Amino acid sequence: MNERSHVVELKAVTKEFGQGQVRALEGIDLEIRPREFISLIGPSGCGKSTLLRIVGDLIQPSGGDVVVNGKSAHQARLDRDYGIVFQDAVLFDWRTVEKNIGLPLEILRWDRRKRGERVQELVDLVELKGFEKHHPWQLSGGMQQRVSIARALSFAPPLLLMDEPFGALDEMTRERLNLELLRIWDQSGSTVIFVTHSISEAVFLSTRVVVMSARPGRIVGIVEIDLPQPRTSETREEPRFAELIRDVRQLLRKGGGFEVEEPEDEEQFIVAEEGL
Amino acid sequence: MASVAAEHPRREHPWRPALIQLGMMAIVLAVLYALWEGFKWFGETTGLTIGSFEVNDKTFPHLHDIVGQLFEPSRRNGPLLIEVLWDAALFTAKEAAVGFVLGASIGFALGVLLAHSRLLQRGFLPYIVASQTIPILAVAPMVVIWFGGRGFPDWFSVSIIAAFLTFFPVAINTLRGLTSVDPRALELTRSYASSTLQILWKLRLPASLPYLFTAFKISATACVVGAIIGELPASIQNGLGGAILNFNQYYSTTPENLWATNLVAAALGIVFFLVVVVVEKIVVHRAPEHVA
Repeated sequence: MNERSHVVELKAVTKEFGQGQVRALEGIDLEIRPREFISLIGPSGCGKSTLLRIVGDLIQPSGGDVVVNGKSAHQARLDRDYGIVFQDAVLFDWRTVEKNIGLPLEILRWDRRKRGERVQELVDLVELKGFEKHHPWQLSGGMQQRVSIARALSFAPPLLLMDEPFGALDEMTRERLNLELLRIWDQSGSTVIFVTHSISEAVFLSTRVVVMSARPGRIVGIVEIDLPQPRTSETREEPRFAELIRDVRQLLRKGGGFEVEEPEDEEQFIVAEEGL
Repeated sequence: MASVAAEHPRREHPWRPALIQLGMMAIVLAVLYALWEGFKWFGETTGLTIGSFEVNDKTFPHLHDIVGQLFEPSRRNGPLLIEVLWDAALFTAKEAAVGFVLGASIGFALGVLLAHSRLLQRGFLPYIVASQTIPILAVAPMVVIWFGGRGFPDWFSVSIIAAFLTFFPVAINTLRGLTSVDPRALELTRSYASSTLQILWKLRLPASLPYLFTAFKISATACVVGAIIGELPASIQNGLGGAILNFNQYYSTTPENLWATNLVAAALGIVFFLVVVVVEKIVVHRAPEHVA
């Protein structure tokens, strides 16, 4: 019973790539409650994307326990318990905006009418009205990412995994999408795990910020973000906001996040291990 | 990523690109004509010989004579050459089209199969490559013997030979297209717990269409060549291959006939190619910079 009060439970999760040559993650313990907005932050190559993929059952941990929605990560994936958003929108070029958003619903075999209604709701939610028939290449980067968020939310998963979704966008678009994401989070009732490089983005969005160390990735500390909800564009000007940023920064420094700029070879391992 | 407005910087007439292309083609044709006739004039006035090769009306007929020959009777009191060649081209087109469909289907099925198994890839691929190193003229007689007089029409063995040239590029490009999918897109479909068939149908197949059409373009011309060559050992008289063989024998008297047949054969290949291009335009929706 107690299990169900957590959306995600990680116990002593480790991950090694290439016969133990690279230790990406070590001893990760983390419990995430429903409706939390958790950010994972840390230096490049600290394994935060890897951790996100382990929760999503897209790669397997080398050790430890992963429980999602009270079941194994594998079963949670089969039950479509999460939606995922990547740094690139990864839209299908040959599909229009509405068909991209409706893709998961096609795979879940929703009938056409139900699908159309749901897609229309999502188009409204991410404010893309009038662009339904556009193809991805006709949209700006920010609009593409909104399509990708709508697609992840289409089947109303209880958990939303986001891997640096705004990392490739300019600062102004990013801040606008941050506000939009909080509104969407509020309306959808999902739990969010959000990987980011940006300290201020993490503090602004989250209920808790999980700070990770350089490789092997460990949790250095967790900062409770006690800024009032809902967050607005004025939130960033509050003195408490600056204090929390300083707290996160100090933890990052403790974890070696500012000394080394690790080469980003983690991705290669992911691809190599997946094969085709 | 440019904004929507920036995608159309200037409003241009919709026919403008087509007109520019037609204009360029006309210019290239004029240049080729000038080179041909210029060389012929130069060779004839200077009495140029290269070894036993001599420039004259036999080796280099006037281009306008070749085109003009199309509108002469093919034999005394017979139909015009262009009518004869039109019928022959239709016949060869039928053989080539059947061969194309057959070869493309087999190549595609093979590509899909190999894309799903590394093991099969390792086992099959060397033989698939080896099949293409066998000269077509060496396989043709066997094909004719295997398929001749077994209830198939005579020309069917020619289609098999055309299919033999068609399947290879399609198999290779299908394999390449299906396996070069963005790994993130694959993760995405896995996150929806998609079945293998759904991944093939919703992601791998549409993503591989540009590769497939590249193969179809190569195969479209290859199957015409295959059909023409296949007609020779199959002793098919009604097609362009038969016409080439026939006019070859009378080259010393009327070289223009053979040259004109070559023109028609080339035109047939271009028609096949253009059909693929038109279908591609209808079927494939990609960002403009990704369309070849």
